[in-house]
Amino acid sequence: MSTPAPSLTPEQLEAFGQELDAIRARVVADLGERDADYINKVIRTQRGLEVAGRALLLLGFLPPAWIGGTAALSLSKILDNMEIGHNVMHGQYDWMKDPRLNGKTFEWDTACPGDQWRHSHNYMHHTHTNIVGKDRDIGYGILRMSEEERWHPYYLGNPLYAALLAVFFQYGVALHDLEAERLAAGETTLAEKRGMLGDIWRKVRGQTLKDYLLFPLLSGPSLPFVLAGDASANLARNLWSFTIIFCGHFPDGTQQFTEEQAENETRGEWYYRQLLGSANLTGGKLFHILAGNLSFQIEHHLFPDLPAHRYAEISAEVSEITERYRIPYNTGPLHRQFGSVVRKIGKLALPPLPGRGSSEPNHEEAAKAQGQELTAAA
Amino acid sequence: MHPLKLVDSLPSVASPRRVGRRLLRSSLLDALAYPHGVDRYLELVRPLLVKHQVRAEVTAVRCQTPKSVTLRLRPNETWRGLRAGQFVGLSVEIDGVRETRPYSPAGSQHAAGGVLELTVSTHPEGKVSRYLRDHARPGMIVGLTQAEGDFVLPDPRPERVLLISGGSGITPVMAMLRTLCDEGFAGEIGFLNYARSSALALYGAELDRLVDRHDGVRVARGFTRGRRLPLGGRFRREHLGAVISEHADAATFVCGPPTLIDAVRAVWTQDGLSEPAVETFTQPPLSFDTDGAEGLVSFAASGREAANSGLPLLEQAEDAGLTPDHGCRMGICNTCSCHKTAGTVRNIITGEISTARDEQIRICVSVPVGDVALDL
Repeated sequence: MSTPAPSLTPEQLEAFGQELDAIRARVVADLGERDADYINKVIRTQRGLEVAGRALLLLGFLPPAWIGGTAALSLSKILDNMEIGHNVMHGQYDWMKDPRLNGKTFEWDTACPGDQWRHSHNYMHHTHTNIVGKDRDIGYGILRMSEEERWHPYYLGNPLYAALLAVFFQYGVALHDLEAERLAAGETTLAEKRGMLGDIWRKVRGQTLKDYLLFPLLSGPSLPFVLAGDASANLARNLWSFTIIFCGHFPDGTQQFTEEQAENETRGEWYYRQLLGSANLTGGKLFHILAGNLSFQIEHHLFPDLPAHRYAEISAEVSEITERYRIPYNTGPLHRQFGSVVRKIGKLALPPLPGRGSSEPNHEEAAKAQGQELTAAA
Repeated sequence: MHPLKLVDSLPSVASPRRVGRRLLRSSLLDALAYPHGVDRYLELVRPLLVKHQVRAEVTAVRCQTPKSVTLRLRPNETWRGLRAGQFVGLSVEIDGVRETRPYSPAGSQHAAGGVLELTVSTHPEGKVSRYLRDHARPGMIVGLTQAEGDFVLPDPRPERVLLISGGSGITPVMAMLRTLCDEGFAGEIGFLNYARSSALALYGAELDRLVDRHDGVRVARGFTRGRRLPLGGRFRREHLGAVISEHADAATFVCGPPTLIDAVRAVWTQDGLSEPAVETFTQPPLSFDTDGAEGLVSFAASGREAANSGLPLLEQAEDAGLTPDHGCRMGICNTCSCHKTAGTVRNIITGEISTARDEQIRICVSVPVGDVALDL
């Protein structure tokens, strides 16, 4: 098993949970104008980039305008989905009591209907993080991302499926809640999913109409340039969000769990599982904003409903706490983390080597290795 | 005929402005702005341009008394108007949080351009009222709800109208008085106006002016502190004769603190009259008892009610036979987030007590403190 039981005593876990609760309480008490100004500024920037991008693409026959327009529209979609949509839909700004930023009703500029995302992501993924068999973000029902999943010749296509998922990521996310693998296995039927399909169809129709019909048609002679610009912006957003999201839970050292391990969890144990199952990315301020601050995946999984721009501030405290409890705090630059994800996708395409158990370092070793690294760094 | 009326009655001409407005409301623009909607772009140009939200610009600010601030508001085109006596929810952003409070506009419902006048009395604990007194300036944008409430003058107008107000409760009856005066009301209007002192009495000069200009209007004032003249303190039956010939058949509107309303009701009951229309701005006192659960939980959308069992509201809703959306049951995923229309809840994770009307709460980690109404 690559997923050992927690090695902290119940008392330690309790104290650990209380320390994290204290961080949360302090941030919640401090929420105010600064946070409201921040998200409003991000939204203004996103809307500005969107309008500017669409306007520049009208002159898309001029190469600099096409490049600028496509870049602005790509950034707009990335901001809309990551720092705004994902975070607002977590309820991070519900305390503002602004109906425009209500986590229950917000809708984003991507194929996945907000309501389905709220279920598949906020509930399924965040509550059952990295529990094999419950967290459908482990491989999205398409890929083999865990050794606990039995190998099948189908998984020889793991790298190909991952590449296709990256290119068409917005549709992959939109179809996520349909549970394609359960449909294929006959455990559920299309008839049961009819309401869901209808919602997906309406959302996809709205998105397609806007990006691939109305804006191109309204642009007259620039039609092919607008079409290409819109498609490129959607592609750029797909590749970027796929990369960031796959770096959240799959890099080397992240742990996966069984349903039994997560049974009757205390709050401290839940925090502990979130920590072991998530990985951060290092980078500059702009990088974090474009990543929707999911580069602080650990902090996000501990406190999914705190405004994400706060994660950077509390990450120092969180890593200090993990150091004291000798819990691994998994972080690294994008190229290293994503590199290890790509290797895992490739490795798990193949059947387990005979005579070898888990090829993953087990938790004890990982904790020890991380502890040594941290001690060395200190 | 008045020349302005003539212009108004001409058939609509396609002025550039009107074409622009029609374009802003077209479904093509909605499709282009999908999924955020046109408003989310328009408001970045000018906040008042939004077509799905009522907003208003503050056009004038004055202080009639040391404990109040009077605002003139020009609402955007989404505003559907109001009937005198109704209230609106006014929203301002204070330290990042959008706070909404109900206020009854005091102006005539026939005011030109739909301009609203709000007189906000400041309370030492009043977050919104103090914010407005300290920060309201011409040009400021506030959020509004459409007008609500059935504390309104009947149509057709009655022959005799009696208005009784205490303190800040003057605003809706002031709106009624001004509206009737604007309509050239020919009947009798009596107005008993109570305040703590003459220095704190609202609309004193304006009431005098209305009495001078309109034959049927009679006003008398009572002050409950200091010099209690001319009426001599709080409402008593004898005060009625000072402003109205016969109270029994007058359409009566009372707005003020519960003590005033109770005193008027007592007289009406003694006389065997049907209840006057009443409105009060004062919240009933909160009872805090963290051990013994009390109060009533009402699920407005399904019309069900249950005694508060002290459990989180999600469980109480399920016990009442409802199946609200939910996920983690630990305050993480926000799936159960639900609109609370009234009442106080305590967050069992943070211990935070929240009393605001109309807010989103996570019902899996919220327990009621007394009566709570949910939109479930």
